[in-house]
Amino acid sequence: MSILVIAEHDNSNLKPATLNTVAAAKELNGEIHLLIAGNSCQSVADEAIGVEGVSKILMSDNAAYENHLAESTANLIKSVAANYSHILAAATTFGKNVLPRLSALLDVQQISEIIEVVSEDTFKRPIYAGSCIATVKSNDSIKVITVRATAFDPVNSSGGSASIDNIDADNISDLTSFVGEEIAQSDRPELTAAGIVISGGRGMQSGDNFHLLEAIADKLGAAVGASRAAVDAGFVPNDYQVGQTGKIVAPDLYIAVGISGAIQHLAGMKDSKVIVAINKDEDAPIFQVADYGLVADLFNALPELSEQL
Amino acid sequence: MKILVPIKRVVDYNVKVRPLGDQSDVDLNNVKMAMNPFCEIAVEEAVRLKEAGTASEVVAVTVGKSDSQEQLRTALALGADRAILAETDSLLEPLAIAKVLSKVIEEESPQLVILGKQAIDGDNNQTGQMLAAMLNYSQATFASEVVIDGDSASVTREIDGGLQTIKVSLPAVITTDLRLNEPRYASLPNIMKAKKKELDVKSVGEMGVDINNRMELLSVELPASRQEGIKVESVEELVSKLKEEAKVIS
Repeated sequence: MSILVIAEHDNSNLKPATLNTVAAAKELNGEIHLLIAGNSCQSVADEAIGVEGVSKILMSDNAAYENHLAESTANLIKSVAANYSHILAAATTFGKNVLPRLSALLDVQQISEIIEVVSEDTFKRPIYAGSCIATVKSNDSIKVITVRATAFDPVNSSGGSASIDNIDADNISDLTSFVGEEIAQSDRPELTAAGIVISGGRGMQSGDNFHLLEAIADKLGAAVGASRAAVDAGFVPNDYQVGQTGKIVAPDLYIAVGISGAIQHLAGMKDSKVIVAINKDEDAPIFQVADYGLVADLFNALPELSEQL
Repeated sequence: MKILVPIKRVVDYNVKVRPLGDQSDVDLNNVKMAMNPFCEIAVEEAVRLKEAGTASEVVAVTVGKSDSQEQLRTALALGADRAILAETDSLLEPLAIAKVLSKVIEEESPQLVILGKQAIDGDNNQTGQMLAAMLNYSQATFASEVVIDGDSASVTREIDGGLQTIKVSLPAVITTDLRLNEPRYASLPNIMKAKKKELDVKSVGEMGVDINNRMELLSVELPASRQEGIKVESVEELVSKLKEEAKVIS
């Protein structure tokens, strides 16, 4: 049994979620190969040969794969799919975009966003915004799976010794072309990889007020997130959003400020190890999942908190 | 330009869904049903393209039981011109739904298919991408802006790090993210008018599509619940708890 993990990268570095995905693959007890499709991405392969548990890297270096567009990427994975019993990618916007397309090309039913490997064909996954956990068994010959990164501890990124095989580009598609990208630049850690996350909701009242959170984030080395309400209100960009349809985070410490705690938000953060809620409404549902709740006006509490850190 | 909008009937987003007593599935007895929120955004986008003169016809389609007609009527009240129900009593997986939809699309030949990025019941986020693969169409998932330009569309996508813009050749499949638009509410006169619009029912059984499920649902359970927390009285107490008790900051 061989397992293929699709690496996520920016042509320079491997994205951390790939290490969590390899961790899920390790629980399947097979030989693990890592596919890197990109452009001028040798540095990614050099990094990946050290990843714990990976025995072989399949690398396809071609201009067509520079922006990881779904059409060509899915076609490439399909060209090697027959060698594998399982094909995994992280349930990021990259994995969610490419894997269902691959799954249809292979005529198999994808298993989305698994949080536990029960056996080689049985997995647990959240449904209804995490209100319930379903255990599902796949009867397809190739299991195409996306992995919720926060549910698996990452493997070591060094110490391994994989070999590299170059594979040819296959069936490059010209249906879609890349126009541009606006990637948020920040000195703070990435939301999904941060050890501490501080998020603001509608209670923040404006985007300007997020500087109160940023001051604390900088003292704690934390990432800044937001609820959907805050993103919809235009306080912060969409890539801040934590929740059912945004990012899933599970840091050591999650501080929810001015967030009421709709189930769609809880779905994105309730697996955090310690949750703090600061809200002036003592009946806010966020307090039901908080380890430490502080009923207070955030405009008083945040400056005070910043001072005491 | 004809736009096809696949929609789905799901449990209303305000309902907290629980497992059945025997954990064989979720308990959907007597729960409120509604159109999936991402599908409302898809209908809205299609209707706006029609209002702008870019699209000539908007066709709403769903795959499901007879009661899904209710959500198709909602789509008609929101501005779709006609609707198609691909009727089946079986509960289909996304792969099978995409197969049925691709059959409908072969007959309808739309230039654009707009659908929600995920349904809030199964949270699978698969159908649009699968459909695009089956039809060999281009795909633009998680759209927050769509601009039609002749035989292509420029789509801004919400990706993890920010925004990405791609150009897709038509026909294409676009899946909607939250910030694409803010859907309107159906007005009473439009709800009345919708009752008279064409709603065509086709039998999935007669389409000759393999709709067999590939997965078995073994059980449904509640997630592990968190231990009840405490309320602290002051910021000072909070900081001390985080340092001394939880040991998550130093």
